[in-house]
Amino acid sequence: MSEPERAVLRVRGLHKSFAAAGGTTVALKGIELDVEAGSFVSIVGPSGCGKSTLLQIMAGLATPTSGDVFYGQGRVQGPPPDVVYVFQQYTRSLFPWKTVERNVAFGLENKGNLSRQEIAARTREMIGLVKLTGFERHYPWQLSGGMQQRVAIARALACRPAVLLMDEPFSAVDALTRAGLQELLRTLWRELNLTIVFVTHDVDEGIYLSTRVVALTRAPGTIAIDMPIELPAPRDQITTRALPVYLESRARLLAQLFVDEGLKSEEAA
Amino acid sequence: MTDTARTEPLSEVVVSPAKHPTRPRWSWNTRLLGIGFIGVLLVLWEIAAANAIFPPMSFPRISSILATWWQLVVSGELPGEVLPSLWRMFAGYFIGVAVGVGIGLLMGYVRFFYNLLEPITEVLRPIPSPAYLPIVILFLGIDDEMKIFMIAFASLFPVLLNTYSGVRSVDPIQLQTARTFGVSGRKLLTQIVLPAASPYIFTGMRVSLAVALIVMVISEMVAASSGIGYFILSAQRGFKIRDMFAGVLTLAMLGYILNRVFLLIENRVLAWHYGYTQQRS
Repeated sequence: MSEPERAVLRVRGLHKSFAAAGGTTVALKGIELDVEAGSFVSIVGPSGCGKSTLLQIMAGLATPTSGDVFYGQGRVQGPPPDVVYVFQQYTRSLFPWKTVERNVAFGLENKGNLSRQEIAARTREMIGLVKLTGFERHYPWQLSGGMQQRVAIARALACRPAVLLMDEPFSAVDALTRAGLQELLRTLWRELNLTIVFVTHDVDEGIYLSTRVVALTRAPGTIAIDMPIELPAPRDQITTRALPVYLESRARLLAQLFVDEGLKSEEAA
Repeated sequence: MTDTARTEPLSEVVVSPAKHPTRPRWSWNTRLLGIGFIGVLLVLWEIAAANAIFPPMSFPRISSILATWWQLVVSGELPGEVLPSLWRMFAGYFIGVAVGVGIGLLMGYVRFFYNLLEPITEVLRPIPSPAYLPIVILFLGIDDEMKIFMIAFASLFPVLLNTYSGVRSVDPIQLQTARTFGVSGRKLLTQIVLPAASPYIFTGMRVSLAVALIVMVISEMVAASSGIGYFILSAQRGFKIRDMFAGVLTLAMLGYILNRVFLLIENRVLAWHYGYTQQRS
């Protein structure tokens, strides 16, 4: 299904275990994953299945116990340039002493090869893309949760990364805000030709956003399902979610997760 | 776990900056009450002195002290003593702050420096500054160098310990965020660690400011030919009791003003911190 030559990120034989009281906990066990350029891959799974750990290893923020992650031709040993990670905890990830403008410009200022005018122009452009024009001089903590996560997205995208790794970025906002952020992310993904790996515990969110969903099992995490999502674009919060393809994908993924949880699907239905 | 156990000896002097009531809460009701209370005490002083409850020689009326204070200000005598004191204090204070922040950052950021310097910090810190004053006189004499060194040395520790704690308490997610943007090394220090630790650093600086004032007076009392500490002691020795009280009064005002100005600066520089912590609580 995935052509290795088109894969930007390749995960090979990945194991991760943590030292825990009374032995070690195996979080990830033998993960193999190719992420194709331009795809939108969601990783779903029960909480504690190691999906965030997997994402952190892909970002070069954590080291695997064994196995490798390759970005392009190189092995990932630290955060690769062109790969930006967006944290779930936007209140902690945004710098509270910097204004929205300065937060968005952070990555650009540290590239070291951009003129002040270029930084200002790109910052303005990104703030416009996430519809925060007029809030440049606000501090992040003066904004609502959804707006703060938009600042974090703008900051990540300002550097024009090839890959965006997102760890449950919308799990801390209310349902309507979340729908808005999902639309925004879909738009940005299309317009900026991004590759996105998106970790979520929400199967619906994963299906709706993605071109492919990977479900992990409860720890030790292995890949339980790896399925393409063949939903037409443009997607719509109401009609797309009513399509047979959508419902079939949802049923398959939920059945897998319920089995994994020891729930019977008829009980859950 | 070993990390926290190790840092324990340092934590006792560190006040969590978020909880510190640095924001001046202006309520005229409470302000007026406190100011009124000072007024009542001064009136009691005046009455007690007028009725010679204490020997009048050592306990003059507050009105005469204030009059003397005003004369000393107008004649330029008090300003002439305060200015050299302030110069010593600020010279020592800023040296102490700079060195304290520097070493604190190193200790918080590089494990090696923590292991190297933590024991000696814990050995030197508890020594009351008057105790090593004679040693410092042996090496630096009795001039400004000695006083500046004394003030700097005493100011150093609160800043150092708070800076260290501040660096250790920087949110790991902020550091990881910086890393994912390719920021590391010295840039990480100046762009993330220093601003994130600044609430702690300011707490240390405020403690050090009070320490600097104390050590300035002590060192001037032991050995000086100018300065407010020298002025107070020599007034007492020359039986100029009103002058002596006027000197103490000046120090009270100085301490008050310094603290007020400091809070003003802190509230401006750390406005983001108060907004942020309020938002999160």
